Amino acid sequence: MNNPKIEPIEIDLLLEAVFRRYGHDFRSYARASIERRIRQFMAGTGCASVSEMIPKVLNDKEFFSRLARYFSIAVTEMFRDPFVYRALREKVVPLLRTWPHFKIWHSGCATGEEVYSLAILLKEEGVYERTTVYATDFNDEALERARAGIYEVSKIKEASRNYQQAGGKASFSEYYHARYDAAAMDGSLKERITFANHNLAADEAFGEMHLVFCRNVLIYFNRELQNRALGLFTESLVHGGFLCLGSKEDIQFSSVSNRYKVVDGKAKIYKKKDTP
Amino acid sequence: MRASATRHAAKGTHYKAVVIGGSTGGSEALDVILAALPKDFALPILAVQHLHPSDDGSFACNLDRVTQLPVLEPHDKERIEQGRVYTAPANYHMLVERDGTIGLSVDARVNYSRPSIDVLFESAALTWGEALVAVILSGTNADGAKGMRAVKAAGGLTIAQDPASAKYPVMPQAAIEAEAVDEVLRAEEIGRLLAELGVREKP
Repeated sequence: MNNPKIEPIEIDLLLEAVFRRYGHDFRSYARASIERRIRQFMAGTGCASVSEMIPKVLNDKEFFSRLARYFSIAVTEMFRDPFVYRALREKVVPLLRTWPHFKIWHSGCATGEEVYSLAILLKEEGVYERTTVYATDFNDEALERARAGIYEVSKIKEASRNYQQAGGKASFSEYYHARYDAAAMDGSLKERITFANHNLAADEAFGEMHLVFCRNVLIYFNRELQNRALGLFTESLVHGGFLCLGSKEDIQFSSVSNRYKVVDGKAKIYKKKDTP
Repeated sequence: MRASATRHAAKGTHYKAVVIGGSTGGSEALDVILAALPKDFALPILAVQHLHPSDDGSFACNLDRVTQLPVLEPHDKERIEQGRVYTAPANYHMLVERDGTIGLSVDARVNYSRPSIDVLFESAALTWGEALVAVILSGTNADGAKGMRAVKAAGGLTIAQDPASAKYPVMPQAAIEAEAVDEVLRAEEIGRLLAELGVREKP
């Protein structure tokens, strides 16, 4: 059993080593989750303490890559929280429609399940041709999988159920092609999506967005980094643009709370005010 | 019963928090336990009950009816206050941050469960160490056994619902077999013990 008083210091030093050596900044991540991941990773390394991992991280790039993969494991699902998609359909799309062309930034898209969900929703509402969706993540491996859009069949079952609850207008089977035990998302869903690497801990805003969609990403950040990310979103959004966060994420105590009004409190959909 | 409460009080431990985990049949036991706690109960309670992923907070609402304590489904980073009951939201893991706030994650399921009892108990053990009381209730899988071991290793008090009285004995039994349990009690007895351990000190 590691000393619970020393371990937090060791974790600080490990994250500092990762940042100074490789430039990846996990120092502002919420601690409990990242500690859990470090401990899980450590179990497979033969290291007896977090300290023992520090020289390995500094000297062995392959060791670091394996650790970094642990830090960026992304878990997501299609139409996660169906009521959110229903709220987008009913409360956001009617206003997006009023713009001749609109842009959506899906930040932290991970392996892409939710960006395809958005694409399906926009297609069914007849506005997909008028949109550009930027789907970003800091994890290149996840982005590759998002781009490929191929998922296990077990995920598709869950997705079909969620899709129906989200107010889907067709049959979910119209949107993928089953191949053995995998399902490939229909190519037409990718037409308006641009996948790109973007790191909320380091990169800048990109502008003129009408909807920023970022769900269950901020929960992994500490308050400071949350405020940085929310600042980027606010800077990126046009006046009257929408922000959609995870169901347990709230801007109430953040530095941008006064810049938004609530559109749907349960689905965590906010609208940027015209004047700050 | 009284002997056991006295014994834990005699250790001179001032408990700072209670964590409770349950699965199938656990919510009935949780109702009994929470109903036994007085309005001025002085410790925060963090509870994981395995739920269907689409539960929309109705579990927390129902609990609120059986206890005098306020029951909340917390937001990310919510500050943990004494005398409140925090229930993990469906489809999120609930963790304790060392600064006394709640962290949520959508990491992979642990023991096929999200929320997972192990995830809560292990992070709570790191934060509260010997000042933590952990309770494992009825259920059909072994989630929580590892967490109970972590709490016990950190010096906390671990309590299992008596498998003979639990609707589904597998979960408390797994913790007992992992040698992670200090006290084996029925739900009513757990309620009474917690009520004694969580008495607010008179100024």
